[in-house]
Amino acid sequence: MSKVKKKVKTIKIDVDKCNGCRACEVICASFHSAPKYSSNNPARARIRLIRDPLKDIFVPVYAGEYVEAECMGRDKYVIDGKEYGECDFCRAACPSRDVFKEPDSGLPLKCDMCEENGPDEEPLCVQWCLADALIYEEREEEVEEDVKLGDLELGLKSLADKHGLRTLMETVARMTQKG
Amino acid sequence: MRYAETGYNLEIDLTRGNIERVESDPRLTELHLGGLGTNAKILWDRVPPEVEPYSPENLLIFSAGLLGGTPAPGANRTIVSSFSPQTKLMGYSMMGGFFAAELKHAGYDKVIIRGQSPDLVYLWINNDKVEIRDASHLKGLGTLETAEIIRKELNEPNSQVAAIGLAGENRVFYASIEQGRSSASRLGLGGVMGDKRLKAIAVRGTKDVNIARPAEFIQHCNDILKYVKFRDKNPLGMVPPILAGLGSPQEMRIHDEEWHTTNFTWGNARHRRKDFWTEDISKSWKETQENATQRFLSCYNCPLSCGASVDYPGVPKYMMKCYSKLTYTMAAMSDLEFGFKINSNAQAFGVDGFTTPQVIAFALELYEAGILTDKDLAGMPAGTEERFFWLLDRIVRREGIGDILADGTYWAAKKIGNGAEEYAHNNIKKHEQLPLKLGMLNPIYFLMYSTGEKINITQIEGQFPQAPFSTKEDREEFVKDWIQVPDEKFKEYFLNWEMRGERSIPHYPPVDATCEIVDWMEKMHYIDDSVGMCAGLSSFPLKPAYHLHNYPELISAATGIDFDEASLSQAAKRNRTLIRAINNRRGLRREDERPPEDHWKHRFPELETKLLDEYYKFKGWNNQGIPTRETLQELGMDYVGEDLEQRGILIHEQS
Repeated sequence: MSKVKKKVKTIKIDVDKCNGCRACEVICASFHSAPKYSSNNPARARIRLIRDPLKDIFVPVYAGEYVEAECMGRDKYVIDGKEYGECDFCRAACPSRDVFKEPDSGLPLKCDMCEENGPDEEPLCVQWCLADALIYEEREEEVEEDVKLGDLELGLKSLADKHGLRTLMETVARMTQKG
Repeated sequence: MRYAETGYNLEIDLTRGNIERVESDPRLTELHLGGLGTNAKILWDRVPPEVEPYSPENLLIFSAGLLGGTPAPGANRTIVSSFSPQTKLMGYSMMGGFFAAELKHAGYDKVIIRGQSPDLVYLWINNDKVEIRDASHLKGLGTLETAEIIRKELNEPNSQVAAIGLAGENRVFYASIEQGRSSASRLGLGGVMGDKRLKAIAVRGTKDVNIARPAEFIQHCNDILKYVKFRDKNPLGMVPPILAGLGSPQEMRIHDEEWHTTNFTWGNARHRRKDFWTEDISKSWKETQENATQRFLSCYNCPLSCGASVDYPGVPKYMMKCYSKLTYTMAAMSDLEFGFKINSNAQAFGVDGFTTPQVIAFALELYEAGILTDKDLAGMPAGTEERFFWLLDRIVRREGIGDILADGTYWAAKKIGNGAEEYAHNNIKKHEQLPLKLGMLNPIYFLMYSTGEKINITQIEGQFPQAPFSTKEDREEFVKDWIQVPDEKFKEYFLNWEMRGERSIPHYPPVDATCEIVDWMEKMHYIDDSVGMCAGLSSFPLKPAYHLHNYPELISAATGIDFDEASLSQAAKRNRTLIRAINNRRGLRREDERPPEDHWKHRFPELETKLLDEYYKFKGWNNQGIPTRETLQELGMDYVGEDLEQRGILIHEQS
């Protein structure tokens, strides 16, 4: 595989500045509804605020890759005397929890940095975070060229994992005939 | 499809344990918007005036506003409505936090609770699955502790919980409903919840809330955020820091408390301490506050962080907003440290932060005056702070004297007798007011205090500055970008308003202008309370983000129902008039509409009479403060007029 230059989009998360308002979840869910902004539902957001005010825990986490299996072991972090849960920093949509999955279909969700909005726009969660807990940064990196899965492929892959590829193919075939 | 609203209410009968999901009439949204407006309509239709607040027939309604659950910044209020055990009138109280949006996402605009459970229970709303669950293990527990336990036992860390504490369970007349750092505190709705033996409501929702015209709507939301940013960078000059920004007053952020401590009264709403604020106090209070507050906190989808988590040494952690850090401090003639300490208990018990300290200060004053004796207060410790803790505990348990004090100063004074009534001096309609005693009557505030249906000045004031600015230059500067005014004439009223001389209070603004100003301020609150908008972004601060000119388009884009300024104003007027009629039906008349006698030192009986006369006319009410048949007809509420006539409250006039 050849090396290519890639723009790495980063969101720097300053948890100390988070005020717990969940505007990031709101605007994310709203932007990704179809048509855009036609509905709101933080349960569909690709960012989740892990929020426990009495323990002073505020962690915005972005949806990353879908994974088939849950972790073999789980870790807890203690930082500045605060104990963070075993999945509090994890970006995966995985079988052990229901975050980063569509609430109705269970299909996995993944942060796309609001790509649809064009290259010059900051992700919307950053724009709506007036507390400046989310800061957008870009840098260039040389990486190996990779084949990326699109949304549809990702969804199909998870369905195949769940029901088996054969069942999925048969279902698609049946739907095609009906159509 | 219904937009912005879900179109469904949840009907819970605690007596029979029955749960129903009922579709609401979409026409009511056009007429009453939602939230407070539709709550009032339900209370008018279903709770006759004979029903006692503490009875199974009373309803307790938790409602999201029309914009709750949409991305409109700050639309996070839950409007709780019922009848108040203290005033016996309609009681409505709002809380911010995260409850309203969660309820919408669960698929409901309102939870309507009737009946009375035989045992203590809590309600668990998880989308379509709704259960009434045993709460015997939560009996007597604090509000935050209750929420924690419920989340854990349901294994739902994302559920939102509104709960009562001991005060609510024991039906204290000023018990609150607490939800995280937010609470519905005024008028004793926590007592109504306790009377129904409902310890808490937990809700989790993962459904969509739909927007009618998405592109248009989000543009309005972005404009609101842009303005919030602008105001953050450009605080208003000319006013004290506490009034310079947006939001609920930034009590957790601001250390400079000169304005509150020298303008508001201490003890049982008695003493002004004009020289209280010194450099030493300023330094020590700043330190106390910075040590106590851990993090500034916002409600759902709001950038303003008006609250904070409090980590004060030696007391359980809790969350605080706004002004309660000072209400206990000042009632006890004490220090800010005491305020941070006692609020932890007060919030766990679930009591109103305005009424409670005043009731305790009232009791201590009665003791000093010999009206309450050592016998009445047997076991009371010596120091004032200790006495506050002790009395708070007696009140929420309704033990000994606490059982009498738990009804608030008005009813307690009646029971205690022996001249005690003189000491319950700071009430309007039996409800304790802000501890404020001033010199010269202000006609605007006179009308707001007298006629406000919420019976709480912060829930009607806003928009128009509280006092004139001293220089013409400042006034001219202020009106330059005052786009929120409904009409240019309001700028004139303000420009001409002087500190002294002919154009100063009490005779300026003139009566007709005063009526218009009060009506404008009140109208904005009624819109907020129906759409579920926090007053901190809208009706309360000067030059707010939401106003009469951007609201109609924003609400129209969200709901798909076309509102313009006139029809939105009409809906607000309809809601306001309906609540007035509900209270008229419960006996509210002109004689009840007056501020505390000692609120101002200088009173003007003739002017006050004229103000009420003209304001009633302006509102379309008769001389007793009752909406006329014509007014009700014009608002499409002839059924209200008929009812008031049948009951002999309005006299039928032959044309």
